[in-house]
Amino acid sequence: MKKPSLPAYNFAYLDEQTKRMIRRAILKAIAIPGYQVPFASREMPMPYGWGTGGVQVTASILGPDDVLKVIDQGADDTTNAVSIRDFFAKVADVATTTRTTDATIIQTRHRIPETPLTQGQIIVYQVPIPEPLRFLEPRETETRVMHALEEYGLVHVKLYEDIAQHGHIATTYAYPVKVEGRYVMDPSPIPKFDNPKMHRSPALQLFGAGREKRIYALPPFTNVISLDFEDHPFKVQRFESRCALCDAQDVYMDEVITDDRGGRMFVCSDTDHCETRRSEGYQGAGLPQHGAAKADWEAAQ
Amino acid sequence: MNSDPILSVRKLEKRYGNFIGCTDISFDVWPGEVVAIVGESGSGKTTLLNCISTRMERSSGEIRYRMRDRRYPDLAELSEAELRFLMRTDWGFVHQNPADGLRMQVSAGANVGERLMAIGDRNYGEIRRRASDWLERVEIAATRIDDMPVSFSGGMRQRLQIARNLVTHPRLIFMDEPTGGLDVSVQARVLDLLRMLVSDLSLSVIIVTHDLAVARLLSQRMIVMKSGRIVEQGLTDRVMDDPSHPYTQLLVASILEN
Repeated sequence: MKKPSLPAYNFAYLDEQTKRMIRRAILKAIAIPGYQVPFASREMPMPYGWGTGGVQVTASILGPDDVLKVIDQGADDTTNAVSIRDFFAKVADVATTTRTTDATIIQTRHRIPETPLTQGQIIVYQVPIPEPLRFLEPRETETRVMHALEEYGLVHVKLYEDIAQHGHIATTYAYPVKVEGRYVMDPSPIPKFDNPKMHRSPALQLFGAGREKRIYALPPFTNVISLDFEDHPFKVQRFESRCALCDAQDVYMDEVITDDRGGRMFVCSDTDHCETRRSEGYQGAGLPQHGAAKADWEAAQ
Repeated sequence: MNSDPILSVRKLEKRYGNFIGCTDISFDVWPGEVVAIVGESGSGKTTLLNCISTRMERSSGEIRYRMRDRRYPDLAELSEAELRFLMRTDWGFVHQNPADGLRMQVSAGANVGERLMAIGDRNYGEIRRRASDWLERVEIAATRIDDMPVSFSGGMRQRLQIARNLVTHPRLIFMDEPTGGLDVSVQARVLDLLRMLVSDLSLSVIIVTHDLAVARLLSQRMIVMKSGRIVEQGLTDRVMDDPSHPYTQLLVASILEN
């Protein structure tokens, strides 16, 4: 005789009490934009640094009707993205997608999609080090006091040092921002190219750091200003070239090395954006056909 | 000179359990005055300095400070925010070991500019101009503004620490054996510089030292401590030339004549 067995997992892996605890932390984080709320981070079936914080946040807000998209450095098809998407397909049985416009929840590592997010969407960031002051102040007790008293001079010391050493602000990712004129926040290691997308975004933005046990949030339409100096204003990087696959311009690019003789091409980092454009008929220059690579290619023909 | 003291300490006591760090300490500091606290190791000098500068909590007693807005509160009445603001604008603290007072992982310019950025300066060119200004005032070549303090000699580090403290024009400086780890010729240079800056900026200074020569050179008044208590205080010249307490006599007698 077979005993009736319990399902192996609760919906979305975490038990309901844990989800309640995390939701409480999320609500508090939304109520105080940019403030890091401590929470009792759980062990997840993946190593720290792979998105344990993001996964816990996603698991707590996921409902059966949600459509989940997971990206890693802009791509839907890299190990981290594929594993987390499969994980939720298995433990929550939710629909998944790679299309930004179809998703209700987007979990991300290191990018914000090129397609502007809309009201009702939620983006969940995986955060390795939530504390923007950590690089110059290792004591947690001290950084908490600094946040409480709005002592943010140190962030500018870092930016000053950048300009002194490199002639310009050389911080290109995890670029510190000020939220609603109050808290200084680490936007997670997204390129500073994406920082302006956070400013007054209609989507809800949640940040989860599993190892560091912190959750913070930006409610829709929150002011998010990148820090800078009056005479060295915040600037995002620009790319000279167009995407080799979809000919897109003014998007964030990945450099792809195509051979060992200097051949390379730039392609959209956001794979969904690139595929969408190609399906609309845009076409890039394709593989580089120049220099040594070109000679090789011609010889092979 | 202004007739109100900038700082007054009354019946200050610090206990570590049953052990007395310092007790029954009362004295005043007037604007523009340098007060030296001398005594042997373990006499409670540094404990006293840390209590006054609120880096350590006192056990009992009173410490009043004249704020820029003329209020005269006990430091214990100030909020943490006010105290920390005081510490990075109106006060300075020069440590014996410059590494304790500097940020060793950022350049000299950033070290000097930190206080400016902390009080809201957001113009890189202006911060840099003032930083190089201050480096020159403490006799560090402005060309070294982007060098790391680790590449500086002990004397330079100490002078950098002084510049970093003075950039916000503080009114009261605490110094804990500022020339402690330096060799004699470098010591002389740092002392010279300190003496000049103190009189130029009419700073009030409380300086802790075991070196009576340093006290004689810099201070107008002197407090002699032994076993956590003040055994004698008065004008430096008076105390040095005519010590009344046997312990002070011993200290003065132990200076090498040259």
